[in-house]
Amino acid sequence: MEKSQTYNDVVVRQFAIMTVVWGIVGMLVGVIIAAQLLWPALNFDIPWLTYSRLRPLHTNAVIFAFGGSALIGASYYVVQRTCHVRLFLDRLAAFTFWGWQLVIVLAAVTLPLGYTQGKEYAELIWPIDILIAVVWIAYAVVYFGTLFTRRVSHIYVANWFFAAFILTIAILHIVNSLAIPVTLGLSYPIYAGVVDAMVQWWYGHNAVGFFLTAGFLGMMYYFVPKQAGRPVYSYRLSVVHFWSLIAIYMWAGPHHLHYTTLPDWAQSLGMVFSLILLAPSWGGMINGMMTLSGAWHKLRTDPILKFLIVSLSFYGMSTFEGPMMSIKTVNALSHYTDWTIGHVHSGALGWVAMVSIGTMYALIPKVFGRESMYSIKWIDLHFWISTIGVVLYIAAMWIAGVMQGLMWRAVNADGTLTYTFMESLKATYPYYAVRLLGGILFLSGMVIMAFNVYMTVRSGEKNAVQPVVEPA
Amino acid sequence: MDAGFMRGIFTVVMLVLFIAVWFWAWSSKRKDVFDEAARMPLETDQPGEKDVQSGQ
Repeated sequence: MEKSQTYNDVVVRQFAIMTVVWGIVGMLVGVIIAAQLLWPALNFDIPWLTYSRLRPLHTNAVIFAFGGSALIGASYYVVQRTCHVRLFLDRLAAFTFWGWQLVIVLAAVTLPLGYTQGKEYAELIWPIDILIAVVWIAYAVVYFGTLFTRRVSHIYVANWFFAAFILTIAILHIVNSLAIPVTLGLSYPIYAGVVDAMVQWWYGHNAVGFFLTAGFLGMMYYFVPKQAGRPVYSYRLSVVHFWSLIAIYMWAGPHHLHYTTLPDWAQSLGMVFSLILLAPSWGGMINGMMTLSGAWHKLRTDPILKFLIVSLSFYGMSTFEGPMMSIKTVNALSHYTDWTIGHVHSGALGWVAMVSIGTMYALIPKVFGRESMYSIKWIDLHFWISTIGVVLYIAAMWIAGVMQGLMWRAVNADGTLTYTFMESLKATYPYYAVRLLGGILFLSGMVIMAFNVYMTVRSGEKNAVQPVVEPA
Repeated sequence: MDAGFMRGIFTVVMLVLFIAVWFWAWSSKRKDVFDEAARMPLETDQPGEKDVQSGQ
């Protein structure tokens, strides 16, 4: 069979395997820093192992290495299937894989060494930023090239979400990373003061909106209907969902800068747009969940569907919590406390990781020429362990966060603070232990997954080739 | 025309566009196309395997 008549699953297999590998690495670093908060001596007085250096390593590894590999792999899989065509430019696709892995390795070396730009989620130094931009543009060429050579006229909604994710991340990354290099490891941003802060959080929140939301919604719109064996509940809702989500997310960033020197009107604008975001977010969640209507019984027997549907529940929860936390008076309590950490992890573990895990369990057997994963029971076990892990994690952080917020704002009759900072830290201590336990559980689930994937790949076809399906 | 006026116009344009998208998406002309599109993930498997999960 000619190559052009088959799907390019080589690159999908590579990204899928690395999703599992980086998931374990990133979550392991997370567990280590969670343990350090409990037992600070765990940094062994070695600079590379300090919390300040490992924390950005953790966030970069889970977001860009784990999440990124899952997104790029899944988008390559989905775009080929829904466009009925082979991926555009094999070699460039291979470059996106190796280039992305190089970025991750460079991050894993430079961050512990202390090389950082100091911008949250944009810590990597300028030479790596340039490499990211090059790889990302190559990714865009491969993806959009495939879209343009499609053999059906309609562009399926999942591809709209993937396309928005790719395009927006390119813009966000380039604009936020604009800097004047001084040495190889040092640069200064071209923005100053409050403008720099605003650009950073325009980037930061849209990284949430487009990397951690739009891209994964693309996964959801393909793999939920696929796994449920049902068409999308409301395709017209998905159209409105898409356009309103991408239009509104753009303006929500200022809620990260409440009560700062950012002008008041900008803070209020950020709050209002964050509140409006609830509507498209829940529209998408309902659309995903209702796709299961008439097939709810499948939830009993299919742990992959459990992952996908529970991920949507966490998506719904955290997109309700987020708008609430963006309200200035609520933010006055929640900001700078562990509530924020809890909120992020209900999104990152509950939504992003679980939808990725479900997707990988659905995708991996297909690209390795098997009917299903090696063990369905282990998927079920993984599901329960990670669900319990997330619940423990976020419940601990909610309690800790609200408690911290209340303790920090408490004042005596004479206006002095009721509690010292140390007292709030001591009160938080037990919750850090619960959080660590939650993290360990979630990580253990990933180890079970790795073993399941290993057994699946070992008994599967490493070079499985699937012919392009003729459009109906 | 100052910046504030332009922003006001822009807001109105965005609102109109939003309502237009609703009308576009809900128009009965598009129903068939969308019903077909909603099934796209189900029609991407190998022939033979295709109808196993159509779940009607």
